[in-house]
Amino acid sequence: MLGLTKKDATLLLVVAVLALCAPFILNPFPEGSAMAQFNAGYPDLMQRFVIFGIFAIGFNILFGLTGYLSFGHAAFLGVGSYSAVWMFKLLSMNVIPAIMLSVIVSGLFALLIGFVSLRRSGIYFSILTLAFAQMSFNLAYSVLTPITNGETGLQLTLQDPRVLGQSVSETGGIPVTSLFGIELRSTYQMDLGAWLFQFNVGYYLCAVMLLLAFYLAIRIFRSPFGMMLRAIKSNQHRVNYTGLNPRPYTLAAFVISGMYAGLAGGLMASMDPLAGAERMQWTASGEVVLMTILGGAGTLIGPVLGAGFIKYFENIFSKINDNVLHGWFSLLPDGLENLIVGVLHPFIGKGWHLTLGILFMLVVIFLPGGLVEGGQRIARLFRRGKADQTDTTTKPAE
Amino acid sequence: MGILEVKGVNKRFGGLQALGNVNLSVKENTVHAIIGPNGAGKSTLLNVLVGKLIPDTGSVMFDGQSVLGRKPYQINQMGISRVFQTPEIFGDLTVFENVMIPCFAKRDGAFKLNAVGDMLGQKDLIEKAEQMLIDVNMIDKRNMHSASMSRGDKRRLEMAMCLVQEPKLLLLDEPTAGMARADTNNTIDLLKEIKAKRDITMAIIEHDMHVVFSLADRITVLALGTPLVEDAPENIKGNPKVREAYLGESA
Ligand SMILES: Nc1ncnc2c1ncn2[C@@H]1O[C@H](COP(=O)(O)OP(=O)(O)O)[C@@H](O)[C@H]1O
Ligand SMILES: [Mg+2]
Repeated sequence: MLGLTKKDATLLLVVAVLALCAPFILNPFPEGSAMAQFNAGYPDLMQRFVIFGIFAIGFNILFGLTGYLSFGHAAFLGVGSYSAVWMFKLLSMNVIPAIMLSVIVSGLFALLIGFVSLRRSGIYFSILTLAFAQMSFNLAYSVLTPITNGETGLQLTLQDPRVLGQSVSETGGIPVTSLFGIELRSTYQMDLGAWLFQFNVGYYLCAVMLLLAFYLAIRIFRSPFGMMLRAIKSNQHRVNYTGLNPRPYTLAAFVISGMYAGLAGGLMASMDPLAGAERMQWTASGEVVLMTILGGAGTLIGPVLGAGFIKYFENIFSKINDNVLHGWFSLLPDGLENLIVGVLHPFIGKGWHLTLGILFMLVVIFLPGGLVEGGQRIARLFRRGKADQTDTTTKPAE
Repeated sequence: MGILEVKGVNKRFGGLQALGNVNLSVKENTVHAIIGPNGAGKSTLLNVLVGKLIPDTGSVMFDGQSVLGRKPYQINQMGISRVFQTPEIFGDLTVFENVMIPCFAKRDGAFKLNAVGDMLGQKDLIEKAEQMLIDVNMIDKRNMHSASMSRGDKRRLEMAMCLVQEPKLLLLDEPTAGMARADTNNTIDLLKEIKAKRDITMAIIEHDMHVVFSLADRITVLALGTPLVEDAPENIKGNPKVREAYLGESA
């Protein structure tokens, strides 16, 4: 189907079902229940899951396939966001031209940075990308203020021309982003007993983009080009003596992953039309590295899992505070309750970074293949438990 | 005029003269063996031929064109493939994929962006790669992770990767080192078979005299970076200079 093997098609189908049903899946707990704070089925959070999923899928095309570890990918995300906002200011509030411009501009930017950075490999490549990204970040705050609006960030105003749209909406405010007239913010709410499910146009735009991005990534992984990239990662020496020039291959991978980042940035701006330089900071670049490694670098689904995992932690786990803990352990004797809450305190709320950091270290040490490897091990245990004598051949990570 | 003409090549590593005024002429469609004690400069000479090292002086002509100043991938595209002394394969790829890569390189040149075509669309190349694996007796290992194979198998795989490119000149750096006797004999047979099937020139570095005398049409003895003698195999065996410098040590 669609030029995919059965296994890949199944994977794509699973991702499609998960993405389209996310408003249900992420909201398993009834409104108002004690567990409701673990619900993640809100439009802006779901959008973030998907957008960072796209970012990580693209990053993985570079890192997972070629082994070149870029520490500056957030620069492309930021450039994508600025491009989209400029399109909203100058052309119209339709997101399609904005997203197209984001992808093109980030692609060109990636071509430039990749051309220079890929002259080196290993740690020197990483440092070069980091330097470029930090340079972009600082320039966005200073010299490039006419384009980026400096510290305030680039925002829409009532004076923007919007030649194909309107500067001011009927109600006198700034118009909102739309997809050929359908407002992205519009949300259909579904009440099912105690449950509340929200279906947001913006989210579904992101989800469709994710599926396209994921499908393209599968095709790239399975293509001759993907095989060349894996060969480069495996033994660049041999690639050279086999009559292949690794440079254009790695540059193509770099540009493609830069365009993915640009798409993510453009979507981000489409959901909320403003762009700030902090999107390009090195912490943002580091985050996508963590997502990819945590989920499983070089696997198809890993980066999406990693992105979801980290964003869930950042947004949900960080909301657990001492009061919530006291609520959970209120049945215990007071002394014990206080002790447990005291022990857990550094790991919750603002301490979520600590928990995530520990988890990350555990994964890297014990599951070098990331969450995907964890899943595979569990699946293997199951299979072994079921039929001890059947084949237990291990396949390379998908 | 040989297909490969090395003239006056010198290469120093700091104070060490690894190659001293090397002249070598390899005739088309012959097997030319280069022998000599360890550290004689044999691998260094091959490194110069494939563009890994640039000689301090001298010239290297292949097929009428200069090799010097070209990148390794360009030299390969001219028709020179090399088997390294320690196998250089794609350890993370399967045996089949290892052979597919050179097939692509041969057909598509140094770069071709085919990012969405699927592998099934490459029927002709797949057939070619599989036939190569049958020829080197590795088809049963087709889907094996190549890093997990024995050293002998890795060598054989590397040879398959070079042969599938149908090079004009094949450079072999101790291709049977670390192989069991049976595998060594298979390798000799394989190389003879390839020779019989099509036009190919080979330069082979080898310590195993059985291999050398079974294959070589011409032998150059290298000692301390300089060619000592070059002659037909039957004359080399009896040459006292060679016995002293090389054969004497190992016999
Ligand atoms: N890249 C290098 N840097 C420094 N010395 C080298 C290098 N390559 C080879 N040599 C030295 O050059 C000499 C010839 O080495 P080599 O060509 O590998 O010999 P062999 O005939 O055994 O293949 C040796 O003394 C070796 O130590
Ligand atoms: Mg050697």
